[in-house]
Amino acid sequence: MEKEPASKVELSKDVAGGEIPTFDVTLKVRRYNPEVSDEAHWDEWQLTMYGTDRVLDALHKVKWEHDGSVSFRRSCAHGVCGSDAMRINGRNRLACKTLLKDLDTSKPILVEPIKGLPVEKDLIVDMEPFFQSYREIMPFLISKGHEPAKERLQSAEERDRYDDTTKCILCAACTSSCPVFWTDGQYFGPAAIVNAHRFIFDSRDDAGDMRLEILNDKEGVWRCRTTFNCSEACPRGIQVTKAISEVKQAILTRKV
Amino acid sequence: MPKTLTKSLTPAGTLYRGREGQWSWVAHRITGVVIFFFLLVHVLDTSLVRVSPEAYDAVIASYKNPIMGLGELGLVAAIVFHAFNGIRLILVDFWKKGPKYHRQMLWGVVGLWAVVMIAFSIRHLSHVFGG
Repeated sequence: MEKEPASKVELSKDVAGGEIPTFDVTLKVRRYNPEVSDEAHWDEWQLTMYGTDRVLDALHKVKWEHDGSVSFRRSCAHGVCGSDAMRINGRNRLACKTLLKDLDTSKPILVEPIKGLPVEKDLIVDMEPFFQSYREIMPFLISKGHEPAKERLQSAEERDRYDDTTKCILCAACTSSCPVFWTDGQYFGPAAIVNAHRFIFDSRDDAGDMRLEILNDKEGVWRCRTTFNCSEACPRGIQVTKAISEVKQAILTRKV
Repeated sequence: MPKTLTKSLTPAGTLYRGREGQWSWVAHRITGVVIFFFLLVHVLDTSLVRVSPEAYDAVIASYKNPIMGLGELGLVAAIVFHAFNGIRLILVDFWKKGPKYHRQMLWGVVGLWAVVMIAFSIRHLSHVFGG
């Protein structure tokens, strides 16, 4: 076996020990298990975490080392799949994109399920009403006429009109931050409107009028009260309220 | 590792920590309801003039006390906020740059509200308490 070459990177003495600074946090998780009790309650853990850890890492530590019954959804753990949207210190965030060091660690970190959707267990909610609204706006390309022999061309300017709304990962952070959605579950919600916007303003799509008609409903865009909670909750930085306003305008002028 | 598992006595969830947009919406709703109840009473007392002018005068005269004076101040505060914030909401929906500047526009609303309320308070309170 060959001898390992000396490291080319100069490490200072205090790093060489492999010590990463740690700090203690109190994590409070809103628990709910319908098989045990109809009442939700808070459970609390003291954890020693690293400066590079996220809220998701703290939840993992609890689940893997303290209480395996703590339930939450996560898949990619890197802000792409949109599974772990939850209410962290009263605001909708992705647990995998929220660093513990950015929160106030002198106080307990509160983690709750997103609001407005039925809680199934702990931090897991039933996403079906959310996806139902999403399906209703027909989130796929609809084109009239014959299929072209080559690709459907689009200018950079045409692409730019809906660029912002292509970023959605369907995590439901926006819809479940909306005060209108909390009290009126029939409201389409910001996420469905964002995904409608993505096709309404796509020059290659021909069903914009149909989607505008769907959203020109009592439970459509007119329910929006511009509280901007959705724009502040979106982990992808989509200007959600702006997109909803553009759809409102398009309905009024019937011009896309 | 210390592990403390405690069941908290506060079962309620947290209040959603929305920012300026959420709280201006809450204020808009509250002032809207306040104005609605004022209008209800206002329609009733004004319609008294059809019953008899004397009854109308008697009711209006009963409003002339310091408690109603402060109530009027609160009513004007609610109406002025609701009016200016209503213009802001129209701009958010219909002005292209509205969503971008919604926060700045809210500070504009609060600033205008303060200016109007200071001017009105001086005049109104000197009437109410100055005799």
